[in-house]
Amino acid sequence: METLNILIVDDEYGMRRGAERALRDVTLSLPDVNGDVRFEIRTAATGKELEEMLESGHTDILLLDHKLPDMTGLDILDSLGKRSLDLLTIMITAYASLDTAVTATRRGAYDFLAKPFTPEELRGAVRKAARHLILQRQARRLADEKRQVRFQFTSVLAHEMKAPIAAIEGYLQMIRERSAGENLENYDRMLDRCLIRIEGMRKLISDLLDLTAIESGQRQRNIVSVNVAEAARQSVENMKAEAERRGIRIDLRVPADLVLEGDRTEIEMIFNNLVSNAVKYNRDNGKVTVTADVSGDDVRIQVDDTGIGMTQEECQRLFNDFTRIRNEKTRHILGSGLGLSTLKKLVTLYRGSISVESQPDAGSTFTVTLHDCLNTSPGKREV
Amino acid sequence: MKKKTILVVDDDLDLLEQLTTILENAGYQVVSADSHAAAEEAILKTKADLAILDLMMEEKDSGFILSYQIKKLYPDTPVIMLTAVTGATGVSFATQLPEAQSWTKVDKILDKPVRPEQLKAEVRRMLQEEPENGSSHS
Repeated sequence: METLNILIVDDEYGMRRGAERALRDVTLSLPDVNGDVRFEIRTAATGKELEEMLESGHTDILLLDHKLPDMTGLDILDSLGKRSLDLLTIMITAYASLDTAVTATRRGAYDFLAKPFTPEELRGAVRKAARHLILQRQARRLADEKRQVRFQFTSVLAHEMKAPIAAIEGYLQMIRERSAGENLENYDRMLDRCLIRIEGMRKLISDLLDLTAIESGQRQRNIVSVNVAEAARQSVENMKAEAERRGIRIDLRVPADLVLEGDRTEIEMIFNNLVSNAVKYNRDNGKVTVTADVSGDDVRIQVDDTGIGMTQEECQRLFNDFTRIRNEKTRHILGSGLGLSTLKKLVTLYRGSISVESQPDAGSTFTVTLHDCLNTSPGKREV
Repeated sequence: MKKKTILVVDDDLDLLEQLTTILENAGYQVVSADSHAAAEEAILKTKADLAILDLMMEEKDSGFILSYQIKKLYPDTPVIMLTAVTGATGVSFATQLPEAQSWTKVDKILDKPVRPEQLKAEVRRMLQEEPENGSSHS
């Protein structure tokens, strides 16, 4: 429950008392902003008292009478506008004067209430202001959090970019200083390592561009009928060289006529991500199985590997940005730590989901479910 | 004279190899560890004359944890911390302040990448050795 501080400013004692009674011990429920709100109430009779009250405590909602003995409500609005206070003002006008209301709103009042008003009308106006205030604050909080996440992301990114540069720089310095003697062949390994680290950096940059393109919605989506088997075959083809080098067999079990409505590049990226992980994190002479079928209104893609697997705890961390499971088994595997973040964002474009089941040293199964991507004639189930 | 032993810990295998080569070429015996866990084992087995630790490994503060363990077992062993986490990446460890040094228990922090000459000079200083009398540096 949230508590908002209301300050009632009116020179008539009866008005102050009445308004206070209408709002004291009242709990308003605001279902759309997720909660109930109640009020702490203070009152002031003059502009001077109002100033003191604003100094002495926080005010969220100001109920301000238009005519005060020492100054007008409009003067007060002007002076409030000069200070950036986090409060909303409801102007109380003595009679339903549209002119005053319009002027007040122009000068920064959130709302106005014409005297005489019923307790219900007062609560209605306060409810509206409370809702607005809470929404405004929630939006501000979200924006702050977003900035914070962005900052963390950039910090990790900078760290990930600096590491390969440091490694390459170190080797270059050693080469310049002839630290391995005069025989040129002694430097081959250093040069190879430099090239590998550069490749890793290139991959990080391209993954980063993919991720931000999808996240920002800047990428032009082109929804067409995509043959799933073809997209899967293309990904398998991309990984063929590495798979063959390590004796890994890739089985493709996708019905030839399985077609979904989607963006071809996105669907290929999904397969590329899944298949390349299944190969990279596999053991030599292992196996990868790529399956796709229709399940209800969804297309289900599943990729199994016989690789190093993950613990329960590792599985939970897996989909965060830059999460790479670092251990003895993964240290020689190149990865940007952005592949699965990208995959997760792609899947949300299809109102889908992604899940993983894994057993250390036995293998992992990644399942992607894509929703909203089947035409009226669904593809056949696999037999 | 017996070679002095330096424990070097970094989970970036390239940097670990580079540090090892530079220090071996400079005449030290190097014990290397490529993870927080491997370093913990090495600490128990070897009393090094100096330890050079990477800060971020499995944990964000692996280097500080290892340094604490080293200082507890071997209070005289100086520790140099290597870190890529500096102003540019937004995270800073103000370890030059005396109160920060008392809990981080590190003798020197060096930003990555460290130039070989700078590294060797720091190592000699920590081991209280004479500066090298080479012509290329002063």
